[in-house]
Amino acid sequence: MAIKSYIEAVTDALADEMERDESIFILGEDVGVRGGVFRATAGLIEKFGEQRVMDSPLSESAIVGVSIGAAMVGMRPVAEIQFADFIFPAYNQIVSEAARIRYRTKSDWNVPLTIRAPYGGGVHGALYHSQSIEALFHHVPGIKIVMPSTPYDVKGLLKASIRDNDPVLFLEHKRCYRLIKGEVPEGDYTIEIGKADVKREGEDVTVITYGLMVHYALEAAETLAKEGISTHILDLRTIKPIDKEAILEATRKTGKVLIVHEDSKFGGVGGEVAAIIAEEALFDLDAPIQRLCGPDVPAMPYSPPQEKFYMLNPTKIADAIRELAKF
Amino acid sequence: MSKLNYKDLGLSDEQVLDMYYYMLLARKLDERFWLLNRAGKIPFVISCQGQEAAQVGAAYALDKTTDFIAPYYRDLGVVLVFGQTPTEIMMSAFAKPGDPNSNGRQMPGHFGGKKYRTLTGSSPVTTQFPHAVGAALASKMRGENSVAFTSTGEGSSNQGDFHEACNFAAVHKLPVVFYIENNGYAISVPLDKQLGNHNTADRAIGYGFPGHSIDGNDVLEVYQYMKQATERARNGEGPTLIEARTYRLVPHSSDDDDRAYRSREEVDAAKKKDPLITFAEYLRNAGVLTAEREQELNDRVAREVNEGTDAAEKAPFFDPEDALTHVYEER
Repeated sequence: MAIKSYIEAVTDALADEMERDESIFILGEDVGVRGGVFRATAGLIEKFGEQRVMDSPLSESAIVGVSIGAAMVGMRPVAEIQFADFIFPAYNQIVSEAARIRYRTKSDWNVPLTIRAPYGGGVHGALYHSQSIEALFHHVPGIKIVMPSTPYDVKGLLKASIRDNDPVLFLEHKRCYRLIKGEVPEGDYTIEIGKADVKREGEDVTVITYGLMVHYALEAAETLAKEGISTHILDLRTIKPIDKEAILEATRKTGKVLIVHEDSKFGGVGGEVAAIIAEEALFDLDAPIQRLCGPDVPAMPYSPPQEKFYMLNPTKIADAIRELAKF
Repeated sequence: MSKLNYKDLGLSDEQVLDMYYYMLLARKLDERFWLLNRAGKIPFVISCQGQEAAQVGAAYALDKTTDFIAPYYRDLGVVLVFGQTPTEIMMSAFAKPGDPNSNGRQMPGHFGGKKYRTLTGSSPVTTQFPHAVGAALASKMRGENSVAFTSTGEGSSNQGDFHEACNFAAVHKLPVVFYIENNGYAISVPLDKQLGNHNTADRAIGYGFPGHSIDGNDVLEVYQYMKQATERARNGEGPTLIEARTYRLVPHSSDDDDRAYRSREEVDAAKKKDPLITFAEYLRNAGVLTAEREQELNDRVAREVNEGTDAAEKAPFFDPEDALTHVYEER
């Protein structure tokens, strides 16, 4: 099996799917000749031509709105928003249109649209190139939100997203793009949207997380193993629909739950995970549910020490697990 | 009254009578909505009255077997031409099964329906503009000969989606017709407070495609310009923007009171230019709308409106729990 980077898995999935289905096309800023500012679409214009790898005007609401129109009449667009931070001009198109079109027509119309967007910090991106935006979409019925952590999951979940008949927000952690490498099988496979994955088995404390934080949690677990603390790590992979059964099972495994996300805490995905556990597994808990998240400030500053302060890291996660293990 | 000769536009006697039929049907359905609303039978009305010529003339220039439409909430005349029946329209007004627009989920006027090649619309205005551009893009990519039509009001033309859609379509020379029904008011806000330039067709210059401001009360002039625009689109020459100048004869909706923002004298003056009156007169003068034909048409429309109303009043509602379905694909 080949070792690939997270971003190579993105490119592979796109190329595979476009090869398979002619109705798939890519629309976004700089996705064509430049191959994307992160190079996620590198080589695709050469392979599929400028009509299927289409540079759009600098116009996010049109990228999504035009994609919705094309999707309704039978195409399967993959829209790229260059940075998740720039998705908000398209918020109305995503929330009022893409997410509601099936519901408001009782499936007469539907929107098979994938919207890819790099999110997350730790790349000196400051306030507008670092944000985690998932909470602002998590509340919205009608869309799915996929946030993979490994190259293997990226490929299988991106293929599944493109084949899905409903709109999927596919959020790629930009720090993972070249940092994270892993085994990716050649050829075709998909991973079911809505299924979490146990990334490490453990007995003492359960960590529920997603995205880059999965890797930080795995590092923390290595350190703690040497101290005799065994950590169970559940990677949500998809935050909407969320894998309730897997959350409850992981909770019951240890009775102590730490929810970790890079996004700020208030109103974040962690609150929903905590509520699910509180409603359905309260008596399986041996300690109060803990959340370790980004601070409740608008976004992370450019100042390097402040960015570092904002970001979670394996040490902070290890400290939180240790505290919970002691409870 | 129109100065155009319909025969010069390639229209037959039967076709102009058909156009008049759709205008009359739209008006009579709309009038019925208001009665039903005031009788407490339907919760909401959004009106097309006064804009029927702008709507029917535009839709009539399209090909309902190949083209896609993304109309706005007043476009009853457009969707009737594209095939929605009076009974279906009434099912929508009553929010009952058989409403092809939304299966009773959206307010009336939120048109849609795959079988009528009508993209679904919502309430946040002008979001349908990029959708029409997307349909046009798909048409171009697949080498089809279809045109996308999308419409909105002059107030809604100030939204960002209007600009983003026009620019995108211009860049790729897409087969789309952008249509503004300028009725002078965005609910209560008049042109003076809405537009720096009252001629919204001028905006087309900025995008690099043609724009025409036309008399939206003249169904034949509308047809003429729309026909040119669709031919341009089918020839691969790109989009056109058309502003149809018209007037809304009734309040914005059943919850509006237009006496707060416009004089009765102004409305009365507009009623003298009511496109239904002027087009009927034109057809009578042309010898097409004979007394006999007119009686026939009036009877047919009255019958269809009554039948639609009766069917919708009698129809059951969906089950309450049906509200939980079709959030995602159901397999």
